[in-house]
Amino acid sequence: MSGRGGNTDGRRVRPGRDDDPDRLYTITRGRSRAPENAFDLVTLIVAEREPASGMQSEHARILRMCEAPTAVVEVAAELALPVSVVKILLGDLLEAGSITARHPRFAPNKARLPDLDTLKQVLHGLQQL
Amino acid sequence: MDSNSSEGRDPRPSGRTPLRRTADNALKIVVVGGFGVGKTTLVGAVSEIRPLNTEETLTSAGEGIDDPTGAWGKRSTTVAFDFGRITLSASQVLYLFGAPGQERFWFLWDRLFSGALGAVVLVDTRRLADSWYAIDRLEHHGTPFVVARNNFGDPTHTLDQVREALDLPPEVPLLDCDARDRESGKQVLIELVRHLTARVEAETAGTPAAAAAPVLEESTP
Repeated sequence: MSGRGGNTDGRRVRPGRDDDPDRLYTITRGRSRAPENAFDLVTLIVAEREPASGMQSEHARILRMCEAPTAVVEVAAELALPVSVVKILLGDLLEAGSITARHPRFAPNKARLPDLDTLKQVLHGLQQL
Repeated sequence: MDSNSSEGRDPRPSGRTPLRRTADNALKIVVVGGFGVGKTTLVGAVSEIRPLNTEETLTSAGEGIDDPTGAWGKRSTTVAFDFGRITLSASQVLYLFGAPGQERFWFLWDRLFSGALGAVVLVDTRRLADSWYAIDRLEHHGTPFVVARNNFGDPTHTLDQVREALDLPPEVPLLDCDARDRESGKQVLIELVRHLTARVEAETAGTPAAAAAPVLEESTP
């Protein structure tokens, strides 16, 4: 595909978003990596307890938000934090038993195809739209 | 609306509605395309929530390097993407991601979109070249995809001409859509699922579907 090349899609910066590295450093207490493969972008998080007093405010917000199942990516959007930062915070909560995680059942490696049952369900769901 | 705002946090986006408590399995489809081609519009047309925006940070120091001073610092790169969702059943929910097609985004593809069912490449015939790179990368990753032309007004090219210009193999579905229209967006997603189904059926029937849609081994990103 010799004719294809990269494009120069401009970076879109969300106005008002605070991405100050110092802030991210503080929130994560200096950690930059979540536990390996602990969460997918669409792992559904469910709070298992109420926020406790004295809890880090981001942790408390996550617990309130996840009273109903909430995907990791929605938590990130709601907190206006990068996904990788949110995964670190979720790792804390998981370790403390404060949340449970419902992982995607279909999570193949690349080049693997989904099963027909899943596809049938997706098709049915889309047709109901 | 949530009344628990003792911390004075930002109001929730107006579109935010919780998932059903029974939701336990989420799926991903990625809509990829050049800037301004209508990815967010397409996601928004079919999504049950107003599209939300978030971002991921890539630390250029590289994965696994324990460098707290640099991890969130100057050398990190941030890419923004948006998403919506569709509840498929009591247990299943489909997340749709609008992802920019630019080069640096692909370093994050695996981290964000491994396990995606497939992708929709949204193209604008006035700027077809914007989608070349995305198509290359999807082929490279072995991610099944369909191509949808977001049709602004009267098309000046036939779909055959578009297929040729994109150098698309015949087995990759190519269709017209109006990204603003819910029904049209829905048809694009249905086309992708049918394409996936056909590939799975071909494989289970023992036909060498891989010959029709070669899966490339990954070498470098």
